[in-house]
Amino acid sequence: MLSSRLVFALFWASTATAGNAQSTIAAPDTVRQKELVRLVRQDCGSCHGMTLQGGLGPALLPANLQEKPFEGLVATIYYGRPGTPMPPWKQFMSEAEAAWIVQQLMSGFPQ
Amino acid sequence: MRLFFSLLLSLLLAACAGPQLRGTGDLGLIIERASGRVTLVDTSTRQPYARIDGLGDLSHASVVYSRDGRYAFVFGRDGGLTKIDMLEAKIVKRVMQSGNAIGGSISQNGRIVVAQNYTPGGIKAFDAATLELLAEVPAEYAPGRFSKVVGLADSPGNKFAYALFEGGEIRVTDFSDPKRPKTDRYPAGNQPYDGLVTPDGRYFLAGLFGEDGVALLDLWQPEKGARKILENYGKGQEKLPVFKMPHLRGWSVAQGKAYLPAIGRHEVLVVDVATWKEVGRIPVRGQPVFVMARPDGRQVWVNFAVPDYGKVDVIDTLSGKVAKQLEPGRGILHMEFTPRGENVWLSARDDNKVLIYDTATFTRVGEIAADSPSGIFFTARANRIGF
Repeated sequence: MLSSRLVFALFWASTATAGNAQSTIAAPDTVRQKELVRLVRQDCGSCHGMTLQGGLGPALLPANLQEKPFEGLVATIYYGRPGTPMPPWKQFMSEAEAAWIVQQLMSGFPQ
Repeated sequence: MRLFFSLLLSLLLAACAGPQLRGTGDLGLIIERASGRVTLVDTSTRQPYARIDGLGDLSHASVVYSRDGRYAFVFGRDGGLTKIDMLEAKIVKRVMQSGNAIGGSISQNGRIVVAQNYTPGGIKAFDAATLELLAEVPAEYAPGRFSKVVGLADSPGNKFAYALFEGGEIRVTDFSDPKRPKTDRYPAGNQPYDGLVTPDGRYFLAGLFGEDGVALLDLWQPEKGARKILENYGKGQEKLPVFKMPHLRGWSVAQGKAYLPAIGRHEVLVVDVATWKEVGRIPVRGQPVFVMARPDGRQVWVNFAVPDYGKVDVIDTLSGKVAKQLEPGRGILHMEFTPRGENVWLSARDDNKVLIYDTATFTRVGEIAADSPSGIFFTARANRIGF
């Protein structure tokens, strides 16, 4: 009885943590949001396309990202993918901002 | 009465005379990457003369010109291929030829236009007059696996050389019989990202991303296969991040040396074209994207990837050093020289302008308003091998 409660509590705690990582991202202020949107469309867009439909890099539309783990995508933006053309963008943003970008990409990126 | 009628007749004849005759040799176009629009320009007057909408996704676009310098073929990111009449300033034909395209080339005899595609991976050949599809050559490198095609360039014999990004090959397709192309394949190296042919059409070079070096194929002796040059230029050193791939179209040979962008190093590589050995490196202020020689070869202008794309470095090839450092504007994406090089036009994407510089004095001599301008292409490309 106790052990199954413990298991359930641990399970609940783990899912709650995963959920929280996504839902409690502090949105950047409006000015910074505009800068990040522009960065993604213009500079990430060099390889992923300004419309995010892909180029040298894969498409980044919601349909392309929905199966992918959120934290993995944030790490890809922030740290890059060594051995591929994807560079680390950490000199241009914080990890929280990278998370905000992933959130936006997954729900339909603003113009 | 007779006088009245003859006056009327001459007025009518004058009205039917049509537009004044003019040449196309000093014309060009500017890609407006966010609006699906191009602006047509006159490099003698340094003025725009027309704007044409309706070219779809031009967020990456590349242009070649017809043999007679009259028509531009614009290859858009979304697979659009648009033929524009530079004199009548209008679209004469447009097809959607793929899902994702990166550029194209025109054949030695001017009759075939070839698009290079990411999706579906491969090349497609079109009749330059009608844009009728003539043939398709998928870039299949393993069963069922198709590669993005990069670096397409025309070479003599109505052949086209190109490289396969995932496939790691250089290919040469012969379109002498346009509907029955023949393709030869040459292993090249890891992740070729772009290519070029030398001005004489003899050598095809493919820059490699996945390893240091450049793959070189002698098109006069292709049976010797591709070999690697500049293999060790970054050896043992931490590579810097590359936020935009260099573009190899627009390089040139100056006094027997070739100037190439390094990958992952803030340098321009100098190569002796007789031996293909590195003979020098010139430090510059960012990751080079375009390294373009003025037509006489005395200067090489270099622009950069983000975050350094407000800067342009100018190398003097006589001294082998950077002679001038400019900050012309924000987001300098492309540079194009007038046919004999007295001016260079720079696109400043974030300033919504194209800036015109005098290459002798480095002074700004004009500017043209354009919405997020990127590529600039002048008709002087019409009769250059590899353009």
